[in-house]
This record gives sequence, C-alpha cells and structure tokens, in this order.
Amino acid sequence: MDGLQRGSAAIVGVAESDLGAVAKDMSAIDLMAQGIHRALDDCGLALREVDGLLCATAQSRTSGLALAEYLGISPAYIDTTILGGSSFMFHVAHAQAALQLGLCKIAIIAYGSTQRTIGRRQASVREYNPYETPFRPFLPSTAYALAASRHMHQFGTTREQLAAVAVAAREWALLNPVAWEKKPLTTAEVLSARMVSYPFTVRDCCLITDGGGAVIMTTAERARSLKKPPIYVLGCGQAITHANISSMPDLTVTGALQSGRAAYEMARLGPKDIDVVELYDAFTINTILFLEDLGFCSKGEGGRFVEDGRIAPKGSLPVNTNGGGLSYCHPGMYGLFLLIEATRQLRHECGARQIADCETAIAHGNGGVLSSQSTVILGTQATV
Amino acid sequence: MDRIEASPLTIYQAHLEKGELAYQWSLDANRAVFYPRVICPFSGSERLEWRVSAGLGTVYATTVTHPREGAPYNVALIDCDEGFRLMSRIEDIAPEAVRIGMRVKFRIYRPGGDEPPYPVFTPMEPA
Repeated sequence: MDGLQRGSAAIVGVAESDLGAVAKDMSAIDLMAQGIHRALDDCGLALREVDGLLCATAQSRTSGLALAEYLGISPAYIDTTILGGSSFMFHVAHAQAALQLGLCKIAIIAYGSTQRTIGRRQASVREYNPYETPFRPFLPSTAYALAASRHMHQFGTTREQLAAVAVAAREWALLNPVAWEKKPLTTAEVLSARMVSYPFTVRDCCLITDGGGAVIMTTAERARSLKKPPIYVLGCGQAITHANISSMPDLTVTGALQSGRAAYEMARLGPKDIDVVELYDAFTINTILFLEDLGFCSKGEGGRFVEDGRIAPKGSLPVNTNGGGLSYCHPGMYGLFLLIEATRQLRHECGARQIADCETAIAHGNGGVLSSQSTVILGTQATV
Repeated sequence: MDRIEASPLTIYQAHLEKGELAYQWSLDANRAVFYPRVICPFSGSERLEWRVSAGLGTVYATTVTHPREGAPYNVALIDCDEGFRLMSRIEDIAPEAVRIGMRVKFRIYRPGGDEPPYPVFTPMEPA
C-alpha cells in the first residue's frame, strides 16, 4: 500500500473482553471498554494518553460517539469504518496512516458484541434487498454455501475436506483455555450434524458467541519503551469486490488475492516467509479459499491441502491457532481476534498452542459475504 | 439534469407484473447490467437501456437451505444468456437435484398479497 511504511507502527497492547456468554444486560460498548482497560494494562499506557479511537460494532449506529462518551475522551483522530468482520484490519491500516502523519500518537481499535445474549436478529438487523430477500437466503451461510458449491464443482473439493478445517480448528481450540468449545470433534460428527445450507452443517459454520476486545497501536519509536515487545505492522492490503453474493464476480476467487498481494509487497515477504497464519474462518470454505488466495497453496488445491491435518496442531502450517471462529469465539465481526492471536503468538504468550520460533504472522480479515478482504502482516523486532 | 420519474426497481417490477424479466444494457460498456441501477458500474454512464431477457440461463451456483422449521428449499445463482447473473431458485425439481451447469428457463412467480412478483426458474429438460 503506497504511503504506508513497513514497520512504522506497532501493536503494543491486546486483550479480549469477556467472551462466550457474557453477563445479562452487558452492552457492546461495555465489552469494548473492558477490552480497552485490559489492553491498556497489557502495555502500561493510561486511558488519558489515548488520542486515536477506531471501533466497529453492529449494535451501535454511531459507535464512535458512544464509545468516546463512555470513555470520557475526545479523540483527535476517530475512524468508525465498518465493512463487516474485516473492519479491524482496515482500522490497522488507517491507524498506521494516522500515526505516520502525526494525527494521533496512541490509537485504540475496539470491538464488542452481545449477539449471543440478545439474539442474532437483534444484534444485526438484515437489510431488505429486493433482488435477493424474496429467495430467503439464510445470510450469511447461504451465500458462503453457494461459494462452496462452486468450489466443489470446479475443483472436486469434498465435504470431508471442508470438515477437516472444522476438525483442525477444534484441535487448536482444545489448547486454548478461553475457547468456547471444550470437546473433541470428528469428521463424522461434522458431516452428520444438523444441515444448515448444503454443503454446510452447523459444524461448518462459525459459533454465535458474545465477545469483544481491543488492540492498541503506536509509532515504532514509542512502542519500544512500553511493557511488551512491539509487534510491527509490516504489511497491509485491502480489496472490496462486491456487497451481495449475486454480485461476486467469481465465487471461487476472493479479494484476498489482491489484499494479500498488496500486504506481501509492502512487507517484502511472501507466503513462504510467514510462520503463523490466522484466517477469518466464518465457514469452513473460508479457510480453503484464503489459503489459496493468500498463496499457501494453488487455486483449487485448498481441499487437498487441508485434508491430512496439515493445518492442525501437529501439521506443517499452523492455521487459526486460537481455535478460530469455528471453535474459539465468533461474536459476528471476528477480525479483531485474529490480530490479538497473531500478536500473542509473536510475543510467545500462547502456552500449549505456542508456535516455536515464530517471527512473522498474517492476520486476514473477511467481511460481508466474502465482500471485503483485508490482510495485515505482523512481525517481531527481528523482522524490522 | 432530468429528475428520475420512475426508480430502477419500479421499472423492473413493472416488467415482472407483465411476466417479463427485464435487465439493463449499458450502451457505453456494451454489456448487461443487473441489478438495475441509475448508472452503469462498468462505465459510470447513465446511458442504460431496458431490455427484456429471453429468460434462458445456466445454474452458476446452488445450495439447499434448511430452515429450523419447514421444508428445505433451493437458492441458486443463475447466469442468464444475455450476460447477467441473478439470485433465484429452481422449481419443479427437488432442491437437492439442482446441478451447476443445468439449463433453466424463467417463470414468473406471484406470491400474492402485497408482495411483488419475482423471477424463478425451471429446468429446461425434465429432471
């Protein structure tokens, strides 16, 4: 991305809010605030030092106002870009730009959702589309199922290969103490679970949980004097290809192809240089599509790539090490959690699921129905 | 600038009332545009001409959605021969029997009540 400089900004604090099923009457903004408090504690900064605020939630029309009022701050830089679950990767790029330009010095990116507690319909009101709604697509799963049907048709991808993604995510989740799912999962259990939208059973679909969190960014210079080792932003890339699935140009190729290319170019790295891979797995087909589009395997090979446990804890490529949206947590807009996990892996804070000797990570966000794609490449001090 | 007297959706639905599947043709991009719009997404031009589709197409993608209550139903994306794609469903065939590549033909569906008619498709060959 022209204008953004590799390593000019860093993630210095990360935290989740309460996850899973939170206390009654907690609001999305309550969860953002809890995440912010914990993330400030993670880096040793105080709330009064925060002068950049970026946030997104489906539950507040003007979340920037609500959150600034709640925190008692009047930020110099504010950005409430909302493009679905990838919004937070867009925020990273925007925060980096603002930090480079001196528009702010400490930027917080925050998210909160209580969709499990209040119900999905309450949390995210569907807009009527006269060209789609009459056909009763159950969104977003029907849209992703259409993409899966195309992948299966063109490349021979099987339901068993899709299930392998869910099984790998579950194995990782069992290593994560805060993951929602606590029991092992088999391929047979994925295939025989309740059908949602063919070829997806409920086990091919992300969880519906509450949750939130925050990521704190500052300049590379300031980052070096804080509590934890800085995790540098090496590359950012983004692409929007459509809003509705009927307008997606090719259901087997996502905008991750462009967003990944841009991020790799800025980072001066390629897929072979990435140690830890965090991909937005709202559905099992996502992981396959993004492995392909981000260059970890060739187009159409994703199903075969994942089928023998290659992305599971003992496999050769660590993917979705927190257990993913499939088994760890998915409050509706999941992208922030990919940034949190990538940062923690690079800080070597991940306990039983820690990847040895990792220096680089990719956090890839997806929004809408494969509509917005945003890729962030992160690295340790050794990479800058 | 001329004021728009009938929205793209109004014109589209008026065609459906007559049993026609309408789409727009961009005179500057020289290609079909769907869903109907005020300007062409390929050229930015306002020069969009309404045309009526022959109603023949091919299934591009298909799924069977299973509601928590009620019967499973088909949702498909159809590539019409004039070069535009739309969401629809295939009727007169079991939802799971719909195949990508299947040739299909437009049929008007009138849900009744206050709901406007909308386009569905049926297989061209008996299943």
